[in-house]
Amino acid sequence: MSLSYEGTIPSRPRYGQLTPRPGSGHLFVADGEGADAILALFAGPGAKGMLATTQIVYMPGPTGTDKSAELEKLGADIFFRAPDYSTAQPRLKRLFGSAHMGLQLYLTGTEGLIGQAQRDAIEAGLPHTAMQTEHRGSTVRRVQCVHCKGITENVRTDPFVCSHCGLNLFVRDHYSRRLAAFQGVNIDAEDPGQVPPQVERFA
Amino acid sequence: MSAGAQRLDVTVAEVVDVNPLIKRFRFVRTGGGALPTFSGGSHIVVDMDDAGTRRLNPYSLMSDPGQTDSYMISVRRDDNGRGGSLYMHRSVRPGMQMQIGWPVNLFPSDLRAKKHLMIAGGIGITPFLAQMAQLDRIGGRFELHYAARNRTLGAYMDELQTRYGARVQTYLDEEGQAMDLKGLLTSQPFGTHLYVCGPKPMIGWVLDTARTLGWPEGALHSEEFLAPPVGQPFEVELARSGKTIRVGAAQSLLEALEAAGVDAPYLCRGGACGQCETDVCEADGTFEHNDHWLSDAEKASGRKIMPCVSRFRGARLVIDR
Repeated sequence: MSLSYEGTIPSRPRYGQLTPRPGSGHLFVADGEGADAILALFAGPGAKGMLATTQIVYMPGPTGTDKSAELEKLGADIFFRAPDYSTAQPRLKRLFGSAHMGLQLYLTGTEGLIGQAQRDAIEAGLPHTAMQTEHRGSTVRRVQCVHCKGITENVRTDPFVCSHCGLNLFVRDHYSRRLAAFQGVNIDAEDPGQVPPQVERFA
Repeated sequence: MSAGAQRLDVTVAEVVDVNPLIKRFRFVRTGGGALPTFSGGSHIVVDMDDAGTRRLNPYSLMSDPGQTDSYMISVRRDDNGRGGSLYMHRSVRPGMQMQIGWPVNLFPSDLRAKKHLMIAGGIGITPFLAQMAQLDRIGGRFELHYAARNRTLGAYMDELQTRYGARVQTYLDEEGQAMDLKGLLTSQPFGTHLYVCGPKPMIGWVLDTARTLGWPEGALHSEEFLAPPVGQPFEVELARSGKTIRVGAAQSLLEALEAAGVDAPYLCRGGACGQCETDVCEADGTFEHNDHWLSDAEKASGRKIMPCVSRFRGARLVIDR
């Protein structure tokens, strides 16, 4: 899947392409197809020497893609596989708490993964522009219901039903870095029951 | 008129010789009352009437941001400068009435940082004095590395070490004490922001070293006020006002605009803030871009000029003022 930035708002997150940068260490956080971005970086120029100071934290993607075996073979100093982000999070927080400036952050995979790792790095004091990001794989979204504040992961359709309060939510491109989530707004607040048909916008 | 260009009437309350090169000035509000609140890293533009020549120089506020009964600045005498610092040293006395601009902060502490690493060279210490007072009050974690030629010129070294203890490290060039910059920059906890203020070569050295060691751009902060450099006189056509003015050798384009009665925007007057950015309508010649504001691409385009510090050499220049 690739993201389209057409017709969106300026604040919508945009992603780049991972490239090797000088640093005292290299931390990759990835899910699903993000593995391909890491493999591509190490297949390119200027990255071979980084392996001895590279740590990879990887988890399968929301559509089940799991490239752990290929990544593990890469030969990074540390490879750690987690079942999902909430399991990887304590490890990342501990890493941020003991790391020094100079550590390079590379985040790749789905927007939900990139956003949550970015949020935790920002909470550790890093500027939001400090980490490199590359979107790969699924375009499903992590969405906050602006009414009940509950977060629904892996949203595929627009509108969708909030998994917490049951409201019909329209998925906006309006994004919160603090919450690492897009915003979902009740679509039938004024005409209850007048809900447009769900469209599969994210896959 | 931009915010920082609004004037405050002040009276000089105190002038202190800090060392052979530096004087400290304390201003109170004329007629009494509190001065505007400011944040650590702010500067003011001091308005000087130097025997008929108007001088407007930016100086960092060094006093505690928690105190608004007075403002303090330190001025280093520059015998080869255009005259602002010499005027402050020779002519400003306690009891004098002056005008200053409102405080403007182009060098704030990023309070999202987990730690603030400050590196000062010489008179570049002044914004950090205010930043440290502010951070100390709110429990912010900071560390100052302060270099000067010798102990006499390290104006506030003793005072700072007494107040902040091991959080202040000093380096005296004449005693061969060099900063282990690489060691310093590789041992900072994740989430540290770096601040540097001092002479141009020092700022370059610190920032380049940090970038090489993988510090992200967003965690790097620096401030350097430039004095408008002296150059060849040149003529400028002002498209909007329909005037043609001449910029003298020791005058900046901004000063020439003001002398011609054109209300041009400004804040820092030192090439740092971007407020005076001006569109170029036509140019046949070479720009002398001296600012820290425009990108290299903008400088090369010949479509923009910062009148506070930049000049022009050539046949014709028309700007949108």
